[in-house]
Amino acid sequence: MNHTSTKALNLTLKIWRQAGPDQPGALKSYTLTDISPDMSFLEMLDVLNEQLIAKGEEPVAFDHDCREGICGTCGVMINGQAHGPDSATTTCQLHMRRFSDGDTILIEPWRARAFPIVRDLVVDRSAFDRIIQSGGYVSVNTGGAPDANAIPVPGHAQQDAMAAAACIGCGACVASCKNASAMLFVSAKVTHLADLPQGQAERSKRVLNMVATMDSEKFGNCTNTGECEAACPAGIKLSNIAQMNREYMKAVLFSCE
Amino acid sequence: MVTVADTTLDGRCPTGNMASRWEQRQRDLKLVAPHNKRKSTIIVVGTGLAGGSAAASLAELGYNVLSFCIQDTPRRAHSIAAQGGINAAKNYTNDGDSVWRLFYDTVKGGEWRARESNVYRLAQLSTSIIDQCVAQGVPFAREYGGSLANRSFGGAQVSRTFYCAGQTGQQLLLGAYQAMMRQVNAGRIKLFARREMLDIVVIDGVARGIVTRDLVTGKFETFAGDAVVLCTGGYGNAYYLSTNAKTCNVTAAWRAHKRGAYFANPCYTQIHPTCIPVSGSHQSKLTLMSESLRNDGRVWVSKSKDDSRSPDQIPEDERDYYLERRYPSYGNLAPRDVSSRAAKERCDEGFGVGQSKMSVYLDFSAAIKRDGEDVIRAKYGNLFHMYERITAENPYKVPMRIYPAVHYTMGGLWVDYNLQSNLPGLYVLGEANFSDHGANRLGASALMQGLADGYFVIPYTVGDHIATRKLSPVSTSAPEFGQALSASKSRLEAILNVNGRHSAEHFHRALGKIMWDHVGMARNEKGLLKAIDMIRQLRDEFWKDVKVLGSGESFNQNLEHAGRVADFLEFSELLAYDALCRDESCGGHFREEHQTSEGECARNDDQFCYAAAWEYQGVGQESILHKEPLTFEECPLGTRSYK
Repeated sequence: MNHTSTKALNLTLKIWRQAGPDQPGALKSYTLTDISPDMSFLEMLDVLNEQLIAKGEEPVAFDHDCREGICGTCGVMINGQAHGPDSATTTCQLHMRRFSDGDTILIEPWRARAFPIVRDLVVDRSAFDRIIQSGGYVSVNTGGAPDANAIPVPGHAQQDAMAAAACIGCGACVASCKNASAMLFVSAKVTHLADLPQGQAERSKRVLNMVATMDSEKFGNCTNTGECEAACPAGIKLSNIAQMNREYMKAVLFSCE
Repeated sequence: MVTVADTTLDGRCPTGNMASRWEQRQRDLKLVAPHNKRKSTIIVVGTGLAGGSAAASLAELGYNVLSFCIQDTPRRAHSIAAQGGINAAKNYTNDGDSVWRLFYDTVKGGEWRARESNVYRLAQLSTSIIDQCVAQGVPFAREYGGSLANRSFGGAQVSRTFYCAGQTGQQLLLGAYQAMMRQVNAGRIKLFARREMLDIVVIDGVARGIVTRDLVTGKFETFAGDAVVLCTGGYGNAYYLSTNAKTCNVTAAWRAHKRGAYFANPCYTQIHPTCIPVSGSHQSKLTLMSESLRNDGRVWVSKSKDDSRSPDQIPEDERDYYLERRYPSYGNLAPRDVSSRAAKERCDEGFGVGQSKMSVYLDFSAAIKRDGEDVIRAKYGNLFHMYERITAENPYKVPMRIYPAVHYTMGGLWVDYNLQSNLPGLYVLGEANFSDHGANRLGASALMQGLADGYFVIPYTVGDHIATRKLSPVSTSAPEFGQALSASKSRLEAILNVNGRHSAEHFHRALGKIMWDHVGMARNEKGLLKAIDMIRQLRDEFWKDVKVLGSGESFNQNLEHAGRVADFLEFSELLAYDALCRDESCGGHFREEHQTSEGECARNDDQFCYAAAWEYQGVGQESILHKEPLTFEECPLGTRSYK
């Protein structure tokens, strides 16, 4: 069972502050007192920001939106771990009861060449969009689709596809990889569509194009250490990368693309 | 006391046989030839289910599409958070469903306050949505044999809800997003992420463009086009605490309203019955527990007041399964508004559970006993996991505690049958419009409406505007663009210049408290008048005392937030005013003065069977009411009973 605090916490935060993409950045220390263990991690940052505004200091910029773990907007390195210490948990779903009174918490942005820093803890993840643009879809126009039950999809194939499709595109895999590889993200989409009958026509072309874009966006190669899987809040498995490698080999060797 | 316009508003619906009205309209709509589509530009604001599907489908037709979103990528729009499912009248389960029944359930669920023709079209299009999404690779749940699985949702006695585990919105949105990305790659969509729309540009009475701010650089920009399609979601965050994502806001819709677009039925707000209760003053948002849980969970409180026993110590015969007691035919699947009020009633009477006494149990023990923990885990595992992360309680062992929270808004910008607002060239889709759900939306119908609007309605109707209007070419150098641009700029500068004492967050929380206390689940005249007064005062304080640091020429999240709070402070007054003027109870709008002896809504069809579309007259000025009378031919006005 995970560690659980029940009493209010006093904390020291060390947070990466950087005014803009071309500005120098540095860690800055802040102290917070009387933090409720029932707060989410982002609510703790809200408290800090309210205090900074009151003091006339610019608040810490961090990305967030749904605050229920599905949109993939939030994400910071917490004590060196993407999204913090809990498995299968986004930063917004991490709660302060996981920390202890007196803790020092180091908070940094995702760091990767392909994810330039916008400000403080906010990074630019548009490289992910460009990878999807290069082939992460089924080429079908609106209208004229056959009846949804016309092509049966066996329950296990659907479940495998769903497990891969659950990726929220947060970038934790890239941030936790020492090569800043995007292979878990890319392989999740490749697997999702390769597992379904609807994705067959473009199966080879898709994996070739997406891998090429991944490389041109300057993501590194897979290290095979599995940090990405450990950090992934959506439970995307390393086996997706194995499947993508097989898909890629098949496409290179046997496809006419 | 209300100023009512002399003429009634016309929804411009086709007439004749209900089932062939959409076909009739499609016949009448003018087409744009391929070479002219290539010369036309359509601005689509928002990339949720409505905006994403619209942008992709319009680009596939050959239009030049400019797509804008405030998130860092279109894939994060708030549609992604929808959990439970999407309705469609496929009748795959052979349980008696049909287009007519989905239509009837929706009209009844909305308490006869929606436009019949729109709802019928929605039910007709529902089946094509499922086909389209499956073709895109959306991994809907399947039976072992490979056919699609269905489950039940509130307000229906058939199983017509398609789902992808507890992440249906995510998968549908990724389908639309991927279709969009394909068109970005093809060069037919130009994508503008982290852009906030701050104004609509109207030239000669026709919407011709928008003003945006680049949220990274702070730069203001203008864009011109042949039509503007707003898909900017709902206004639930007027209540501060809601299940909406933090960036959801009313700004785009409100700015369009200030430029002349009517705002309809703002008082129709949906309070969802199954949300995780508030845990403390730090709370920044509320989390929904999908309605699908009510397929297997039973809602109850103790039969005795202030019962401090733990739930497992309360024997079966001392539990009050109040939904099953009050609504035996629908039981725990009573519609959202009905279930929410029933929870409030029990808590207000002192039967609430938990430390705050402001929650009720949602108990899975019977289902776990019947089906086994593994079956329940397979159906709802991710939701149970989320509940445990937030509350540190294990719902497999202890009943969940839930309480209603603001979730969805049925009101929105007024649109006609073609989804065009009263401003020609301005179309409004999805939650941002008011059209299909009446006074209450049924579960799993928001996804259906967003996608019907974007995939299957706007591609037909927008062409008619372009083909018949014969628009003259327009560029952003027109004076109207400059004027709108400087108005947007000076508003943000004014906020920065206040330099007061309190953050935007402070004002947003204060507004939320006013709205929840007086314009929430139960409303009355006195409370609404008080709310209007308090909102005005708070708005004055905001403009005297808000504090936003930093500059407008950089990435400044507090400035963005302050701008949205300023708009909520104007808009909320209209919401409360609409609630005051609608002197009846219906669906999500419950006026305490108008209830039956059993505490149900008492509607007043003689006086209020209309959509209330408000025309802007200035901040703090009373708006002018335009009434669109509602007539019911297929589903005659009836009593909404789930007993």
